[in-house]
Amino acid sequence: MIALPEPDAAVLARRDRILADLRDLLPDPGPARPGGQAVIGDPERLRAYETDGLSAYRQPPLAVVLPTTTEEVAAVLRYCHRNGIRVVPRGAGTSLSGGALPLADAVVIGLMRMNRILEVDYADRLAVVQAGVTNIGITQAVAAEGFFYAPDPSSQLACMIGGNVMMNSGGAHCLKYGVTAGNLLGVKFVTIEGEVIEIGGAHLDAAGYDWLGLITGSEGQLGLVTEVTVRILRAAEGARAMLAAFRANEVAGQVVDAIIGSGIIPVALEFMDRPAIHACEAFAQAGYPLDAEAMLIIEVEGNAEEQDALLARLKEICGRFDPISLRVAETAEESLAIWKGRKGAFGAIGRISPDYLCMDGTIPVGELPRVLRRMQEMSDDYGLKVANIFHAGDGNLHPLIMFDANDPESFRRAEAFGADILKLCVEVGGCLTGEHGVGVEKRDLMTVQFNPAELAQQRRIKSAFDPQWLLNPAKVFPLEGNPLVHPPATAAA
Amino acid sequence: MSDLLAPQTEEALLGVVRRAAAAGEPLAIEGLGGKRAMLRPVQAARTLSTRALTGITLYRPEELVLSARAGTPLPEIEAALDARRQMITAEPPDFSALFGHDQPSTLGGMVAANLSGPRRIGPAGALRDQVLGVRAVTGHAELIRSGGRVHKNVTGLDLCKLLAGSHGTLGVLTEITLKLLPRPEASLTVAVRVPDLRHGVAALSAGLGSPYGVSGAALLPEGYPPLGLDGAVALLRLEDFAEFLAHRSAGLRAALAGHGETGLLEGEASLALWRTVRDAAALGALPGEAIWRLSLRPSAAPAAARALREAFGARLLLDWGGGLVWVAGPASDAAHRAVMTAARASRGTFTLFRAPDALRAAVPVLPEEPPPLAAIGARVKAAMDPSGILNPGRMRG
Repeated sequence: MIALPEPDAAVLARRDRILADLRDLLPDPGPARPGGQAVIGDPERLRAYETDGLSAYRQPPLAVVLPTTTEEVAAVLRYCHRNGIRVVPRGAGTSLSGGALPLADAVVIGLMRMNRILEVDYADRLAVVQAGVTNIGITQAVAAEGFFYAPDPSSQLACMIGGNVMMNSGGAHCLKYGVTAGNLLGVKFVTIEGEVIEIGGAHLDAAGYDWLGLITGSEGQLGLVTEVTVRILRAAEGARAMLAAFRANEVAGQVVDAIIGSGIIPVALEFMDRPAIHACEAFAQAGYPLDAEAMLIIEVEGNAEEQDALLARLKEICGRFDPISLRVAETAEESLAIWKGRKGAFGAIGRISPDYLCMDGTIPVGELPRVLRRMQEMSDDYGLKVANIFHAGDGNLHPLIMFDANDPESFRRAEAFGADILKLCVEVGGCLTGEHGVGVEKRDLMTVQFNPAELAQQRRIKSAFDPQWLLNPAKVFPLEGNPLVHPPATAAA
Repeated sequence: MSDLLAPQTEEALLGVVRRAAAAGEPLAIEGLGGKRAMLRPVQAARTLSTRALTGITLYRPEELVLSARAGTPLPEIEAALDARRQMITAEPPDFSALFGHDQPSTLGGMVAANLSGPRRIGPAGALRDQVLGVRAVTGHAELIRSGGRVHKNVTGLDLCKLLAGSHGTLGVLTEITLKLLPRPEASLTVAVRVPDLRHGVAALSAGLGSPYGVSGAALLPEGYPPLGLDGAVALLRLEDFAEFLAHRSAGLRAALAGHGETGLLEGEASLALWRTVRDAAALGALPGEAIWRLSLRPSAAPAAARALREAFGARLLLDWGGGLVWVAGPASDAAHRAVMTAARASRGTFTLFRAPDALRAAVPVLPEEPPPLAAIGARVKAAMDPSGILNPGRMRG
């Protein structure tokens, strides 16, 4: 287990006073506050916030506040800053790295009630939304006009744009459409001092330092975001998928190289290894070839003729590598059938294993066969099964390590196995996390990727925004090496 | 001209910064010096150049990744990419003519200024979005890495973004890794004759809102005489496999039919046209004139343009669907004030891109930041460059 710091006893002792003060700042219901109470202190209700998508870690917070305006967020931050109280921002709580894990002495600021779409402008191709709008909610709001918001993390039905900004979320279509950072125009940013700053706006490139780029992916270390201006794009006329299965991981890797080398950028290029193919097929009966070692799902965009032309080229490329199976969707329904198994992957693994850890390293694409070989050896050593799903176009690898959470020894081994995989990703020239973030989960592995000078430089930037280190503590940066900042525990608020 | 130091290794460069930091002596930071006339003049007795740190250090076409030392001239990189039918997706401009010299830009200089061409409007975004990793020497005289050589990486704070566009004031870039894309097989341009800027921006919006994958959307208010285009013309570029372009251009022309008479430019004519847009040659700035860039909401561009024409007869070039307005006019304080006012009125930003030393030393070349952000900015500058030796005064006075 990853260590969390001792809570500040002085803050815990002031709990009742803090709750009363927060209730003064965010007074209760009435018609102005749909959804009811804005400050939660009841231990039973706090348990709903004790964890996120990394459910092995649980810790109820001191209090939860559910503001509905930027001014309320600013007021809570100002209060916490003045009183030396730690703050944990939270969107939908879908973080797979423990990014929203509370601390016992921290106030969780939940942004889920800030869920309004404020403006959509098709001529300028942008939408202004509050931080608690879901990722899919943006696309749904603009789909009737043929537009969409491009980044599409797997959790897009639930995850919120504010969390996407903080984690710089990706998805399956990054090779063509980029990650969150490339699809943002501006944010309303609230500092730990409670200052509200407009960063960026409705225009593309800001003059001066790229604050928007620095804040994106900062995992709540620098400040909170309450409003986001995103680019919306006109969708292509259509998309269609094909499936290609091969005898060896190496061969599938060569196919990926050949596709990229041909000048085609598929809108999705997903790789599944043998265990993933079997798990998904058992779950979804998508007709995946069970005798294959590796399978690719390749999707292209365009009108019907363009899809035909691109799929014919891709079929020809795959055909050169002695495929076991080659299936080109002729219709949208056949495309859905090809995707059905892949989209159900998490459920599929959940069916064959009581629990699993979803890892998230990135590797240079050419290293895939070597990494999968080494991972199989580790799997044998640890006695835990692993299935692999890989965004092959951009090198983002998602090993799913299966374990039993009721067996602490099994969880310990799963964590160690996961850490070894991520170290391997760094060793072959990749990184610890492609899209899930460091959070708590990978915090102590940061020294594998960064040397002391590099970590010190990142910490100095953090300190420039948050000198007292009150924002989302115990995440991202290994605890040893952080400046010893003691929040001034003033006696009274 | 100050003394020029051009270390040949990263280690030697580190030594230069270490000695300067210890002595508290400011350094002007540059590659080949082609952007000296940008932003504010730097007062420093010595110039640290990355021009001797050259060469491509890694190129994996099948992974769409290239690394090169910061001083590598862009044409050298583009030639290597061209041989494998790939490209730097942001379409970095060549501003040598604009700045009146024949120096190519270095990779480091382009990234330090985060300059992107017409393709900025597409899904691949700005040059900074295509920077996968950097190596840089900070004012602490430490070599740091951020990012890496893989496409998706959210490990730690993204100092690549902070350094891109920081004009050498936070660190000296020594090596950069870029994400690439295949070079499109063919491209063409749909040109729409429009009565004025407002209708022109509307035509660009209609094109960008179509499903045909427009990869460039510019507006030439005075047309482009070399190609026989007179009067305001909206330009929309399509790029892809050659076999797809016929039906796409037909679809795009149909979608734009209500916006004005459309024509088609293909082959070298189309390529040359987009180079002049990319390099802002189509702006037609005269020697001695100042040049500004406004980044604003596209629908706000016509009003800003009208205000600047009325204020000082500004000559204009619009790119990025109208969101980037190039402005040329007299290098005067009054003209600069008009640009600042237009940027503020449109809730956009401005850069004084080129001006005589006297003007750019006397006025803010970038918009002021609100006080809380300026305070953070000062702390971040101190966190990266505690002695204030890197390009002091380059961005702000």
